[in-house]
Amino acid sequence: MNTPTVSSNPDRPKRLVMQGITKQYPGCLANDSVDLDIGVGEIHALLGENGAGKSTLMKIIYGVVKPDAGQLIWEGETIRIKDPAHARKLGIGMVFQHFSLFETLTVTENIALALGNEADDMKALAEKIRSVSARYGMALNPQRYVHSLSVGERQRVEIVRCLVQDIRLLILDEPTSVLTPQEVDTLFITLRRLAEEGCSILFISHKLNEVKALCHRATVLRAGRVSGACIPTEEDASSMARMMVGDETPISMDYDKVQGQAVFLQVRGLNQRSDDPFGVDLKNINLDVHAGEIVGIAGVAGNGQEELLAALSGEDIIKNHDAIHFPCGPVGHLCPEKRRRKGLAFVPEERLGRGAVPDMSLKDNALLTGFLTGLIKNGMIDHEGTESFAKKIIKQFKVKTPDSGTHAKSLSGGNLQKFIIGREIMQNPQLLVAAHPTWGVDIGAATAIHQALIDLRDQGAAILIVSEDIDELFLISDRLCAICDGALSPIKPTPQVTLEEVGRWMAGMFDELLPDEKTPEANIVSLQSTAAAVKTH
Amino acid sequence: MDIDLITNILYAMIRTGTPLLIVALGEMVCEKSGVLNLGQEGMMLMGAVAGFIATWLTGNLFFGFLMAIVAGVLMSQLFAMIALGLNANQVATGLALTIFGTGLSAFIGSGFVGNPIEGLDVIAIPFLSEIPVIGKMLFAQDLIVYLSFVLFGVIFWFFRSSRTGLIVKAVGENPHAANAIGLPVMRTRYLAVAFGGAMAGLAGGYLSLAYTPLWAENMTSGRGWIALALVVFASWRTERILLGAYLFGLASILHLVAQGLGFAVSPNLLAMLPYIATVLVLVMMSRNQGQSKMYAPISLGKPFHAGT
Repeated sequence: MNTPTVSSNPDRPKRLVMQGITKQYPGCLANDSVDLDIGVGEIHALLGENGAGKSTLMKIIYGVVKPDAGQLIWEGETIRIKDPAHARKLGIGMVFQHFSLFETLTVTENIALALGNEADDMKALAEKIRSVSARYGMALNPQRYVHSLSVGERQRVEIVRCLVQDIRLLILDEPTSVLTPQEVDTLFITLRRLAEEGCSILFISHKLNEVKALCHRATVLRAGRVSGACIPTEEDASSMARMMVGDETPISMDYDKVQGQAVFLQVRGLNQRSDDPFGVDLKNINLDVHAGEIVGIAGVAGNGQEELLAALSGEDIIKNHDAIHFPCGPVGHLCPEKRRRKGLAFVPEERLGRGAVPDMSLKDNALLTGFLTGLIKNGMIDHEGTESFAKKIIKQFKVKTPDSGTHAKSLSGGNLQKFIIGREIMQNPQLLVAAHPTWGVDIGAATAIHQALIDLRDQGAAILIVSEDIDELFLISDRLCAICDGALSPIKPTPQVTLEEVGRWMAGMFDELLPDEKTPEANIVSLQSTAAAVKTH
Repeated sequence: MDIDLITNILYAMIRTGTPLLIVALGEMVCEKSGVLNLGQEGMMLMGAVAGFIATWLTGNLFFGFLMAIVAGVLMSQLFAMIALGLNANQVATGLALTIFGTGLSAFIGSGFVGNPIEGLDVIAIPFLSEIPVIGKMLFAQDLIVYLSFVLFGVIFWFFRSSRTGLIVKAVGENPHAANAIGLPVMRTRYLAVAFGGAMAGLAGGYLSLAYTPLWAENMTSGRGWIALALVVFASWRTERILLGAYLFGLASILHLVAQGLGFAVSPNLLAMLPYIATVLVLVMMSRNQGQSKMYAPISLGKPFHAGT
């Protein structure tokens, strides 16, 4: 990747200056007199951990949230941004992390909705969408329905929606978290081009290498305050990470890669049609997870992860019982409880609503999956046992909560995640299936969760992790694969895989599965892996 | 069956289906914006009683219809105040509205039961109304039936090609996204509820001023409820609502015909026919989940708070 061509020029005219922005939520000071300025044509990074106040700050710029104190100076004038419509009029566009698109409408209709009455001529608008998307290298078919688009394509719709207007400041909230590495490169080319044309860009992220590659300047937030400002190209990643997390937290760890023992989970030819019209069908999934290893599945959201997890957890019953095997026999026909009795523990993607019941106390939530460990006797709940089980989870996984009677919904996302992971791990499962184990969790807690998973692995459990965070998968997985459109890539030991290869897998290019399109190079790869497979048998 | 009977059945089918069509179209617009108003029955009854009293006092049918619409809108805005303004549970509020409307209309109308008025006249369109079989059905109806044809066309077009229709759909699918791109979520919902109220009032007025020109307590006899079911089973599609409403009309007439022909079946069982037939046919049509999901307002019934 090339380094930014425009250096950080302090004399660059300012597009937006924020002074002393303060926003208080009940029980939480989200922004504490934050100062930030963005120049014309500058790509400015806003760095920070989850909960550092990044989202609040950009919602203030976009007029969704009103600050308690402080002022905004837009192109030299002090203003109050009333609502998102007002922000759009000023030329502020925003690409949300969770997209604000309408699935049942077409690309053109989605964009027309944001434009106001001038967008009445749909044909002219479709033409404009085509030309804008071609100009910035983002292929897009205006007639497609949004629900049929991939996540990367949806992001393009959001960006193009900003670009068809007179855009002066583009805010992107964690835009790369849903993209393959290749898609990230394409996005950066587009953003650089936009900045060269004078558009200011506020790039919100916690991925330091991306910030280094793209941004002219960076402002770092920690616990609602500006904890540092820097020029990313002149810093190294660890000094920026220090600004993000403070001094106490360990930042990076390395874990040994190991080889598993006997196969615990065996999936053979798993085909499952999705009931949801917007869902993904699983196509001939083959997967082995050995006891004492961690297998990671990478992939862009919405490529069949939910369906695969439902099939493994027992939420969806599999017609072909033999498709999923535990050592005790086929389990495809068993409900979640029966599978749990055979050694499964499961951490679902959604914390509130599936991982935990929001309106129930932590103690009751602990009982929900912990009842198999003898917390129910003769049909009666063992309250004392449950209480001490919950307390053990809270203590061992450092869950920040007043006591075990607190409702699940009043915990922060990261804390609840620690509790749910803890609840499953404490039951000493033989197989743990976990989705996004550290999603929305700060670096310190993520390290703790990773360590707990590694410990469980070393005790001999088989672990399957589904995650969108490739760095995490490289860190903790012993073997790695990717899912795309309901099909699984080949699985390889992590040290033998490159980031580029995983990126190709995430985009659906599994060399072995496409004999017709093989390049000579891919042929060699598949020959090698065939040879390797022969050797192991 | 002779041709006169068929002609009359078809004519009556349209007349019987019309109030249902009007109220269901109104509710569909309301639901498309994401608001579930279960108060249709109450709003219809208030429309019916207000229209009847206004006409009885002034002798002016058009004033009566106007008052029916006003009553429907007022009732709907009472609902909107509670369910949208105060973010109360929409289902509970809607049920309360129906109970309130049923009781209030009975109370207000108690002195007017059994009073006769001159109902709405049929306007036969020259030449067209003389076409055999379908002439009478389509071109010898009263003004409100013609109006319902127009309303159907307008609403069909509204959701198919208008920008405002697109906004209503967007607000019903994802109000947070709609707010984020600067669409007026709350205003859209208030207006959609008001439109639903106006249509329910009009439908009620049609019952007491044209269909059976008199006032009787609870005279809507569950049409508000069947309209609610109709909207769901029609998968929020305008053309299917039209079909469902007339199907209900047809079945209602056929059960009277069947009684007239002296079938040895309890008339009470026959009276169930329209409800069962309508629901059955529409359930079969809405089997295809994928199709209906494209039209269903995903955020139906969920309150929306801006700024969260």
